[in-house]
Amino acid sequence: MRISVIGQSVKMAFSNIRNNKMRSFLTMLGIVIGVASVIALITIVSSVTGSVVDQFEALGAGTLTITAQGTSVKHGLEDEDIEKLSQVEGVEAVAPTASLSSTAVYDGTVSSVVQIEGRDAVYFQHNDDTIQSGRYFNAAEMSGEINVAIVDTDFVTNVLNGNSSLGTTFILNGYEYTVIGIKSADSSVTSALNTDSDSGGTVIIPYQNVLKMSVMKNVTSLEVYYADDADTTALEDALSACLDEIFEVTDDTADEAYSISSVDSLVETMTSTETLLSAMLGGIASIALLVGGIGIMNMMLVSVSERTREIGLRKALGAQPYRIQLQFLIESITLSLLGGLVGIILGELTAYAGTVVMGTTFSVSYGAIALGAGFSAIVGIIFGWMPAKRASALNPIDALRSE
Amino acid sequence: MRRQQAPAHSDSDVILRMQDICKDYHTGGEIQHVLKNIDLTVRKGEYLAVLGPSGSGKSTLMNIIGCLDVPTSGSYELQGAEIGSQNENELSEIRGNEIGFIFQSYYLLQKQTAYQNVELPLIYANIPERKRRERVEHCLEEVGLADKMGYFPNQLSGGQQQRVAIARAVANHPSILLADEPTGALDQNTGVQVMNLFHTLNEEGNTIIMITHDAKIAGHAKRIVKILDGVISEGAVEDA
Repeated sequence: MRISVIGQSVKMAFSNIRNNKMRSFLTMLGIVIGVASVIALITIVSSVTGSVVDQFEALGAGTLTITAQGTSVKHGLEDEDIEKLSQVEGVEAVAPTASLSSTAVYDGTVSSVVQIEGRDAVYFQHNDDTIQSGRYFNAAEMSGEINVAIVDTDFVTNVLNGNSSLGTTFILNGYEYTVIGIKSADSSVTSALNTDSDSGGTVIIPYQNVLKMSVMKNVTSLEVYYADDADTTALEDALSACLDEIFEVTDDTADEAYSISSVDSLVETMTSTETLLSAMLGGIASIALLVGGIGIMNMMLVSVSERTREIGLRKALGAQPYRIQLQFLIESITLSLLGGLVGIILGELTAYAGTVVMGTTFSVSYGAIALGAGFSAIVGIIFGWMPAKRASALNPIDALRSE
Repeated sequence: MRRQQAPAHSDSDVILRMQDICKDYHTGGEIQHVLKNIDLTVRKGEYLAVLGPSGSGKSTLMNIIGCLDVPTSGSYELQGAEIGSQNENELSEIRGNEIGFIFQSYYLLQKQTAYQNVELPLIYANIPERKRRERVEHCLEEVGLADKMGYFPNQLSGGQQQRVAIARAVANHPSILLADEPTGALDQNTGVQVMNLFHTLNEEGNTIIMITHDAKIAGHAKRIVKILDGVISEGAVEDA
């Protein structure tokens, strides 16, 4: 087929769209809304999950978490077990953590429940960007004899009534603690997962202090640090084997005794959730696209019956049926693509606004744009085909006679 | 210009030859014989009027001559090619190249200018843009509308619109100008103007077949065939 034939059809399509501005605009609106919602939803979902995943990766790369409830015979991990785990090949260091929840008292007021995390020196070696102001615990404080705390901004707001000055004291579980550092609210994976809106905040105190507060003498939670390039699967297997030995369990019963979780698997879950969510929302939005397509078909059918005599005349003047079909098909594709173009722009703008409101990073999703453009072209072809075929099949004698 | 003076048995300048053409329509189980054993030969440069009242079958005859319809039986040769076995695409192509239609109510595209209307058959004949421009301008000049090229049909009088339609009909140099009641929608004076234009076009060598019910209009042609109840008879007038 000659390019000029297509060029002529495009010209005719545009002139017909111009001649029916209002109708064309309303018809296009269906496609605009469909494409815009597909693009906006996909872009927003991917940027939201993308930034969550980024946060996880930034915070938790190179870390595995072992939770070990133990068996009825052996509760938690003892010092020698921790030593054993730190000897596993690929492990750089292990840091026992302990957590509690309790209320705090400040200025005579009892707060809502706060999370108490016990951390040791190894933890701070690997999380040296945790605090905003103040300092980490020193060696003396790590011994468990001195009551110092690093609190997060939530804690400052909820418990300390916004008083963020270092040296402030409050009462935790009957002991008086002094604030020596402030950390931002969401800078750890654990707190990111525990986004419990009831929580009054998080307070980090030396690991030994938590053991002293709790009845449990053994460690039930452990962070394992490994090199960035380590093979995590092999490492997890090795740790499992070691833990099986410690708790004297087999693979079958191991699930109750301990679990190993990593940020990697979390990220994986997030990513697959994103894919699912995108597909689902995209699917819902494509219903709008379908409705838009039906609108196009409707307009094209009206157009064919209005222009019956014109079609007859064109045929009498030598227009072959395929050229009539091409003209109408190109008209519907042009309408649909124009709608798609506007929809893409509108969708990206909406997505941008959405990400600004939600405070996540906006990135143009080229996949979504290609999807929008492809979808609208396909809609134009599918829903334009039947009207175009009908136009091309008109008998010129009858068409010329019609009013 | 060469007049139609060729010897009666020479085939070289025959444009159209119909032999034993019949056209039947099936309406509600009844067969209607609209055209009955039509024989008609038209030579290059002729100016022929087909005269008949409404319902005589003249429109059906025009549709068959114009390749808009095919006969039920009989043979129709246009420029030496047998018409009947072609598909829709091929018939369109033949129409575009061989027939220039002129309709009673002009049939101009209202949203296109005079220029664009005349250009239309040339677009479908795949004539390149520059050559199209040349021909459109020439044709509109010939019908006396060189200054109205950018006008839309509703800005033109009935006579002017019919002249645009005539320019459109001659644009692609067809073998036959096929006019269906060309003055039917025009008043006396403009009708005469259109007839004068037909005369000039015929003088220039164009073959014209005009379908009409009006004996006075038919009188402008050089040859008349009468059609009544699907049967044609050669009219007496030659070089009327």
